[in-house]
Amino acid sequence: MDATRRDFLVAGAAAAGAAATPNMGHAQEQEHGHAHQAVPDDMTLRVKSLESLLVEKGLVDRAALDTLVDTFEHKLGPRNGAKIVARAWVDPAYKKRLLADADAAIAELGFGGQQGEKMVVLENTPKVRNLVVCTLCSCYPWAVLGLPPVWYKSAPYRSRAVIDPRGVLRELGTELPAGVEVRVWDSTADLRYLVLPERPAGTEKLSEAQLAELVTRDAMIGVANVLPPREGGHA
Amino acid sequence: MNGVHDMGGLQDMGPVRIEKNEPVFHERWEGRVYAMTRALRFWNKWNIDSSRWATELIPPVEYLRMSYYEKWHAGMVELLVNSKLVTREEIESGKPADGSAKATPPLTAGQVVPLFTQAQFAGRNRTGASPRFRAGQRVRARNMHPLGHNRLPRYARGRFGIIDRDHGAFSLPDTNATLLGENPQHVYSVRFTARELWGEQAPAQDAVYIDMWDTYLEPA
Repeated sequence: MDATRRDFLVAGAAAAGAAATPNMGHAQEQEHGHAHQAVPDDMTLRVKSLESLLVEKGLVDRAALDTLVDTFEHKLGPRNGAKIVARAWVDPAYKKRLLADADAAIAELGFGGQQGEKMVVLENTPKVRNLVVCTLCSCYPWAVLGLPPVWYKSAPYRSRAVIDPRGVLRELGTELPAGVEVRVWDSTADLRYLVLPERPAGTEKLSEAQLAELVTRDAMIGVANVLPPREGGHA
Repeated sequence: MNGVHDMGGLQDMGPVRIEKNEPVFHERWEGRVYAMTRALRFWNKWNIDSSRWATELIPPVEYLRMSYYEKWHAGMVELLVNSKLVTREEIESGKPADGSAKATPPLTAGQVVPLFTQAQFAGRNRTGASPRFRAGQRVRARNMHPLGHNRLPRYARGRFGIIDRDHGAFSLPDTNATLLGENPQHVYSVRFTARELWGEQAPAQDAVYIDMWDTYLEPA
């Protein structure tokens, strides 16, 4: 892809958007590098109006909405998945159960489902590298990773992960040896995939809780390695 | 439907950019859209497949322009109107129509945490369907182009693969999306080599695994 052409297209799209909607609530986002598009700030008003309509009609309970937002902002997130990974690293019997029947093994740690999904855990090894995508929408293991980041739901990732996984990984900072087998999992059904990354060298003395601190969301999607403490700066 | 949502294999969509310390919701309205969508499902007027189908019906130019939660908002409005929970006039005015009855919300605040963090996995795993295929079997993804909702990515249609494993039976999205029945079928992980999908330039050992319903496949 010619960089000049892309710059031209991006500039053109921004100009067209600005002309159509002078009041852009997200104008600052381009500076922050967010992958999502500019949104007219009337979304705030439209959503407010819809919420008050639904509340007035008794279709939703406002306190339930507050609790839902709080649950997804604070209770569900990649820290849950990190605990599963750390347990699998320190407890070989747990890892065996996790790979054989992920639903039951994840429930052992107190995490449950919500969409009727079935969990599948994919183990990375020195020879096999797993990567998860949903090319058709945004399927993601909410119960253990929370809501997906913008890049996971974006057209660039959804389109390229299946045809050029090595290129996507390289762009994100991971160069895979030629001999490694890359397995991309296109999450098109009700199966929800969690990658069990490789435990980094030099972490033998860390506790399970310290290990969990090292495990990132991106590693559990399959686009990053888990780094040892001195490189990652955690723990 | 061969829509723009079926993105696997497109090459001109730009770089993948990871935002550092990304918030769960970038704007307050995004969280409200998310919460309303989840709460409204408890009316049982539609299901996850109808929600996906509603998003796929957004006109392609709009689909590509809209942010993620704008698409959720657009899909939710269509589902609300189509299921007659609200009228378009009510959406426009933001007020209930004169004389309309007030309902009782099916989801209360106290139910949220247990329902969304402690529910059982595999709740949609259905019984009653028998598998036509078994692990290790060679199959071909059908060359099908239905106009309705369908979860067989275009890049895999007509391609040969191997059944990796059988995950049990799940509702068929093709009929469930339009409330024509759950029609449970076995879903398999099917392994397609990268070369089968993308040709000789792909690394020989790489593969894509796709979840496939029984009727998406034929023996090969």
